[in-house]
Amino acid sequence: MRRVIKPKRLALILLVLVPLAAAWAEYGDVVINMRAEGEGMSPVVYPHWFHRIRFQCSVCHVDIGFKTKAGASGITMDQISQGRFCGACHNGEIAWSVENCDFCHSGVPGLETGVQGGHETSGPGYW
Amino acid sequence: MTHSSAPRLLLLLCIATAIPASLANDWKALEEDELHDPSNPAVTILQDPEEALSLLAPDSAGNKVNWVEAIRQEQIAPRASLYGETQGRQHDTDIVMKNTLDQPYVLFSHKVHNEWMSCEMCHESLFRSVLDGNAISMAKILDGEHCGVCHGAVAFPLTECDRCHSVSPKLSKTPSSGAVVPKQ
Repeated sequence: MRRVIKPKRLALILLVLVPLAAAWAEYGDVVINMRAEGEGMSPVVYPHWFHRIRFQCSVCHVDIGFKTKAGASGITMDQISQGRFCGACHNGEIAWSVENCDFCHSGVPGLETGVQGGHETSGPGYW
Repeated sequence: MTHSSAPRLLLLLCIATAIPASLANDWKALEEDELHDPSNPAVTILQDPEEALSLLAPDSAGNKVNWVEAIRQEQIAPRASLYGETQGRQHDTDIVMKNTLDQPYVLFSHKVHNEWMSCEMCHESLFRSVLDGNAISMAKILDGEHCGVCHGAVAFPLTECDRCHSVSPKLSKTPSSGAVVPKQ
């Protein structure tokens, strides 16, 4: 008997394959928009790839105190200006300072807080 | 064309278009990644991923970079602290996890992880430092707990089963789950 792909199975396969063809952010990019748009700024896009070339994970997640869940650190610009969180480096000494608003607040309006980066990131629930 | 061959043709077309698209675009330019606002002037100043990542040890998943290999080949040397080069406690014991149902055992390398982070990144919050003292499951990992805090978000993704499940039960000489003496 000739083997036929059932429509339901085809739909399932298409569902798996279609995300492969879609545009995606770089793996591990984090959108932070807990407060930004509410206060008139674009969402923040944080590129993990750029930072991990320069620093080990624990510099930020242990020493500086960033939580390992997007949006959970409760970062404010006041804290950053006082040298906490991003401000530990982005102080004009280790990295460019906070006057360069657009460098971080560079996201498309409407983005939701979370880890981005294509179909491989899209696990259930948590991220 | 017969009625029954239509879905198969559609499937082949889908594969033919989807897979090359995924392979050809390893790294999206910032203005095309659907996160960065193309009208933001910073997009022309910030570094595109391809400029940096295409120079590093290649991989097939995640950032398409083998980050561990990039350190070993001295392509990058991420700092262990903000100021100075202080390197914390080093630990190189391997752990074999055998409660893996019909999958190969998991070999966890402290050494590899230690090249990227200090002990406090995982202990004692994500993992208790007790052999067989952590109720790890793939369901929890897929839900972002334990290994899934990093793997599937920023470290290599959970599609890469055999990078963790790498020890054949037939080849393993270890009698039970637990620490393996590091190779001398």
